[in-house]
Amino acid sequence: MPDDLINSFLNGPDENGRFGDFGGRFVSETLMPLILELEKQYDFAKTDPEFWAEMDWLWKHYVGRPSPLYFAERLTEHCGGAKIYLKRDELNHTGAHKINNVLGQIILARRMGKTRIIAETGAGQHGVATATVCAKFGLKCVVYMGAHDVERQKPNVFRMRLLGAEVVPVTSGRGTLKDAMNDALRDWVTNVRDTFYCIGTVAGPHPYPAMVRDFQAIIGQEAKAQMQEQEGRLPDTIIAAIGGGSNAMGLFHPFLDDKEVRIIGVEAGGKGVDDKMQHCASLTGGRPGVLHGNRTYLLQDEDGQILEGFSISAGLDYPGIGPEHAWLHDTGRAEYVAITDREALDAFQLCCALEGIIPALEPSHALAHVLKIAPELPKDHIICMNMCGRGDKDIFAVAEHLGVQM
Amino acid sequence: MTRIDDTFARLKAEGKKAFVGYVMAGDPDFDASLDLVRGLPAAGVDIIELGLPFTDPMADGPTIQLAGQRALEGGMTLARTLELVRRFRETDAVTPIVLMGYYNPIYSRGVPRFLEEAKAAGIDGLIVVDLPPEEDAELCLPAQAAGLNFIRLATPTTDATRLPRVLQNTSGFVYYVSVTGITGAAAAVAGDVGPEVARIKAATDLPVIVGFGIRSPETARDIASVADGAVVGSAIVKLCEDQRPVADILAFVRTLAQGAHSA
Repeated sequence: MPDDLINSFLNGPDENGRFGDFGGRFVSETLMPLILELEKQYDFAKTDPEFWAEMDWLWKHYVGRPSPLYFAERLTEHCGGAKIYLKRDELNHTGAHKINNVLGQIILARRMGKTRIIAETGAGQHGVATATVCAKFGLKCVVYMGAHDVERQKPNVFRMRLLGAEVVPVTSGRGTLKDAMNDALRDWVTNVRDTFYCIGTVAGPHPYPAMVRDFQAIIGQEAKAQMQEQEGRLPDTIIAAIGGGSNAMGLFHPFLDDKEVRIIGVEAGGKGVDDKMQHCASLTGGRPGVLHGNRTYLLQDEDGQILEGFSISAGLDYPGIGPEHAWLHDTGRAEYVAITDREALDAFQLCCALEGIIPALEPSHALAHVLKIAPELPKDHIICMNMCGRGDKDIFAVAEHLGVQM
Repeated sequence: MTRIDDTFARLKAEGKKAFVGYVMAGDPDFDASLDLVRGLPAAGVDIIELGLPFTDPMADGPTIQLAGQRALEGGMTLARTLELVRRFRETDAVTPIVLMGYYNPIYSRGVPRFLEEAKAAGIDGLIVVDLPPEEDAELCLPAQAAGLNFIRLATPTTDATRLPRVLQNTSGFVYYVSVTGITGAAAAVAGDVGPEVARIKAATDLPVIVGFGIRSPETARDIASVADGAVVGSAIVKLCEDQRPVADILAFVRTLAQGAHSA
């Protein structure tokens, strides 16, 4: 769609939950009444000052917002080009951006009278955030996690159990994040009357993609104000990593109508985006399809069977992407690139060495792309990257890849 | 009039309830699956529900998930599933076949192309779990225009305000899902199902068939007695999982059909 046909990129989704052709409500009939009820509740909450007052209070006193916008001086020097700023969402309570969204959904769940919360998790960050907020509010919490991820993310599994959550290892299908999401949906369809499904990313049936985006948009809103404070202007380029795409959507959304701001999403290229399909780059290497309640770009074979993603980062290991990203991709408003495991690992180490920040593997992908483009850009060009999670959870995986025995 | 409409007209004339049997296409391979499907009408199956394998069957329990995986591992695709129907039609021109599955393989093939091929192969109706009325423009309306029935699921959460919307573009029959849950899970109870079926029948002239949680001839009879028929899926597919010979599976199907027909 040519740029001049769109008045604003902030109007999506439409009343059917569509961003252009993407999004929608592709769920079984059992779930439809609940999804419509959720939409109603969310529409009300969106403009309810009491709802946002509660969110603001929790964001400030429980999560520790606003997160700093930090000028990464030594990374900037190292690159010798654009100024690099990091939005420090890794400093949030529980160590990632995930909790921004979980708080919003749990407040809604309480308003809807739901007493049992379910969630899916890959790396465990969304699971930990959900278990945390459930503990705070005294709600029963069940987290579905691929059996393979339970094995490789033991510290987060233990955290969730400490927080009182039941962690269910998922062995159906191939036991990965998408199978965890399938099993969460199966639980939901079975326990629809008392259960709220707290989805961790900007995907799933409408209204989840829009709702999760709105809860994460605090990232971009803060970044915009902080950049004005520190530089007196908007950044030239904003960058974030994408699995399902919630941290990226949160950073991007408040900037969508600032047409002079270049927007770049970084997908997980795994071992390389080629015909071997050992990656999770849905936009770079997939095509449109329907899964988990929405139409979006998916990794799939010619028969429409879903393929497994592959990435060093369990948090990016999903064969789809949020529908709004699919739309921003097709309209050309945002660019999407892929970074390999190797490049992400190099960026991870450089960030530790130069900034004293151990990043999660997910934002290490975004940082790797920053390191690629910053040297070519002028010194007055400003890049803002979302450091969406800290790397404590990843040190075992990184050690293994570096051949270090712990 | 489709084969589905003809079948219900015949059953009505005979004063009988319908028995609908589900099997997964290509489980465990094309030839064995074709043998099984060919044997279903003689075992008393009035309408064949043929599962279209998919990697991510969100509404199905473990039994049907595993059947789909076996079929996919055996090389089953949408094209091969249609081929199976074509082969079945060589020897049976009357038994309706309803394809049941998820939208992505159909979307991936392209809706117009799929509808043309499905019709040519001899499919009579579609049940697509992840297409609620809100998404009717995707496949439901084009399918009806192409002369295929689009059979909708109604569930215990489909309340009075929503029911008209669910019934609006439904044809062939209404599939009432007896429990909130996945296939092969909780047991259906005729005492709970009866009033729900009555509620739906008050709002439509279409036959109402009940599925999910029916696994014995007795339950098939009890459920069929409060509806226009009963569906059994997981209990049949389980025998495929146990690698039972086709003759054994058909013998079990016969007892289920007798149960439903005795209602």
